[in-house]
Amino acid sequence: MLDRGELPMGLTGQSTWLGALKNEYSMNDTVLDGVVVALAGNPNTGKSTLFNSITGLNQHTGNWPGKTVTLAYGNYYYADNKFLLVDLPGTYSLLSNSVEEEVARDYICFAKPKACIVVADATCLERNLNLVLQVLEITDKVVVCVNLMDEADRKKINIDFEKLSAILGVPVVGTNARDGKGIDELMQSVYKVAANQMQSMPLKIKYDEVIEEAVEHIRPYVQNIVKDELDSRWVALRLIEGEWKTLDTINSFLKSRLYKNDDLKQELKKANEILQAKYHGTDEIRDAIVSSIVRKAEEISKMVVSFENKRYNEMDRKIDDILTSKTFGIPIMLALLGFVFWLTISGANYPSEIIAKVLFRIEDILTDYCFKWGVPEWIHGALVLGVYRTSAWVVSVMLPPMAIFFPLFTLLEDLGYLPRVAFNLDNFFKKACAHGKQALTMCMGFGCNAAGIIGCRIIDSPRERLIAIITNNFVPCNGRFPTLIALSTIFIAGSFGKFQTVIAALTLLGAIIIGVLITLAVSRILSATILKGIPSTFTLELPPYRKPQVGKILIRSLLDRTLFVLARAVIVAAPTGLIIWLMANTTVENLSILKWSGKILEPIGHLLGMDGYILLAFILGFPANEIVIPIIAMSYMATGSLIEIETLSALKELLIDNGWTYLTAVCTMLFSLNHFPCGTTLLTIYKETQSLKWTAISFLVPTITGIIICFTVAQTIRCCQIMMLL
Amino acid sequence: MEKNLILLDNLPVGNCGRVKKLTAKGNIRRRMLDLGLIEETQVEALRKSPSGDPTAYQIRGAVIALRSEEASKILVEMC
Repeated sequence: MLDRGELPMGLTGQSTWLGALKNEYSMNDTVLDGVVVALAGNPNTGKSTLFNSITGLNQHTGNWPGKTVTLAYGNYYYADNKFLLVDLPGTYSLLSNSVEEEVARDYICFAKPKACIVVADATCLERNLNLVLQVLEITDKVVVCVNLMDEADRKKINIDFEKLSAILGVPVVGTNARDGKGIDELMQSVYKVAANQMQSMPLKIKYDEVIEEAVEHIRPYVQNIVKDELDSRWVALRLIEGEWKTLDTINSFLKSRLYKNDDLKQELKKANEILQAKYHGTDEIRDAIVSSIVRKAEEISKMVVSFENKRYNEMDRKIDDILTSKTFGIPIMLALLGFVFWLTISGANYPSEIIAKVLFRIEDILTDYCFKWGVPEWIHGALVLGVYRTSAWVVSVMLPPMAIFFPLFTLLEDLGYLPRVAFNLDNFFKKACAHGKQALTMCMGFGCNAAGIIGCRIIDSPRERLIAIITNNFVPCNGRFPTLIALSTIFIAGSFGKFQTVIAALTLLGAIIIGVLITLAVSRILSATILKGIPSTFTLELPPYRKPQVGKILIRSLLDRTLFVLARAVIVAAPTGLIIWLMANTTVENLSILKWSGKILEPIGHLLGMDGYILLAFILGFPANEIVIPIIAMSYMATGSLIEIETLSALKELLIDNGWTYLTAVCTMLFSLNHFPCGTTLLTIYKETQSLKWTAISFLVPTITGIIICFTVAQTIRCCQIMMLL
Repeated sequence: MEKNLILLDNLPVGNCGRVKKLTAKGNIRRRMLDLGLIEETQVEALRKSPSGDPTAYQIRGAVIALRSEEASKILVEMC
């Protein structure tokens, strides 16, 4: 429960000048200040694009106290004033009690932003007005931003802004966030509203006579309690419809003054008598209230929107006919995703080599300096051969594929294709008691599981979101592809001659399909056990297709996803580099700790169809799965630092000399597919769930799955081999 | 139940229906209302997912996919 003491903003540090606009508060040790402006809006209205184009790179994220919904904060300056823009979760309404809606509603009600921008989609104004009208009931300080004007122009949808503004009683600005059109005007309106330079006369919805009578009956008593802290009419409406979850929050905000007031209790009884003349139960009253809002939105939309072309969405339908068709929908999807993977894998090799060359050249230079300055050998080894080399390795293998995959993925996102993937695949996920959007986070996992887990934010119900987070690791990421490709080429495709590459690709595809099947199976098991519950309501909007902004995509996906993930990877890789080096270079009774560990792990490794060194490589590969094969090679060759084997045939020889068989390869591939998430991913899971318990579960679930699968496969095949000998 | 009323998930693709009644309760009901599914709202069944479910509907200018579980809680009159 949110109580007043927890409120981070609006209530502290109010200074007098600047029109007493300034709020200051601290969150996650970052002090954020500025005039607080909330950004609300439906999903798919380009709200994030607007947020990005207003705040640029001055962004922070933080959680609303007690909730796992992440809010993004960003500063901007206008007319010499510093503003703090708060990106609220995208919601269709403020009344449905999903976590997002609660956060958005609580923020608008209790955090007292100095202005609230409500973003609406110009191509779908009617539905968006629903939220606008609801916000207007809570606060007067609203600026309506009608975004995606370019799309509306393209579809020949005309909106009369003056009329809309006159009807709503607040400023209305048309924008096109993607090319910055209208942003200046928007900031100006926000400034005026925040500085009280603009007299707004917000439209308040008229409900039917009975409801109005009941509201007016209790309103004076509510007014006495809420004073000017909240809108009395809005609170009275919530009392009448018996919206207890909201009322509890209001009550604790008002330090129990709402529930403890006996006068109000008395009058509420009378109000209920008035209501009983027409309504039976609160459900009916709620229906009537929501219906009035929806009808009003319809009415306003009819007055201000005109369609020059009645068949404005014909094009979208035609595209959908193909992309979600019964026959071609899924094949096209597989082909598209396959193409993205292929481009990622094949396109990444060359830049990977270049980056590796540059970074290892720097290593040589560092080594030279170490010699020149007489740095002790062990310090050079630990820092340069350990920390630096491992980090450099991770960067050179991880950066290029991510720099290719994420922009491509963002491109599909920007086009509006991704919701169609969820639409195509939802039935499979429904059967696994999971959310259709998990299909998307799963696809992102192919690029990087950490990014996939951040992507799980798009799933709005907490239960389904956790399922998606825990199972994300079952799809192989870019870091595990190289292991899978190398092993399938050597051991499975090796004997197929000229069909080798095809077989290798098919094996990889098989691995991916196994990963997807395991994802579905584990999701099902989770929702029958620790994450019990019925699937939450599934409503998925299929937004109109949009022309992507290629330049912006490149920059944003590079900054938001690629560099973000890479930075976390380096943070985890550097210390592990040190540990690996120390293990390989500290000897006890003539054997390095690395060798000892391998020997100790040998029995377990054998049970799982592998050997001790492979298992050790997976454990040491915790910071990033890319280094698993290099560690295996390093252990077999007893070198002191990571080495790369130049050719596949050399690797094959090394592996076979060390006792690898077909079974070892299969089990290693299976374990690569099913084991604990890498350090970066676990760190991300912790940040996203804010819970050690779920982080631990995300660690255990894939690990246990991997152990069970490898054990079963290894023992079954061994049994079969024995039977064949007999 | 009146004769000419059908469940939304039985509305054939390509056809229109007019919402007459929601049988859903609680939050699901609220969510449907928020999407604009109030009485007399016209809904068009656009297409079914290749995997059979959900179905995409045109509701007040937006395209929204509903699973059959949800759609079966909406009574419509074919129009």
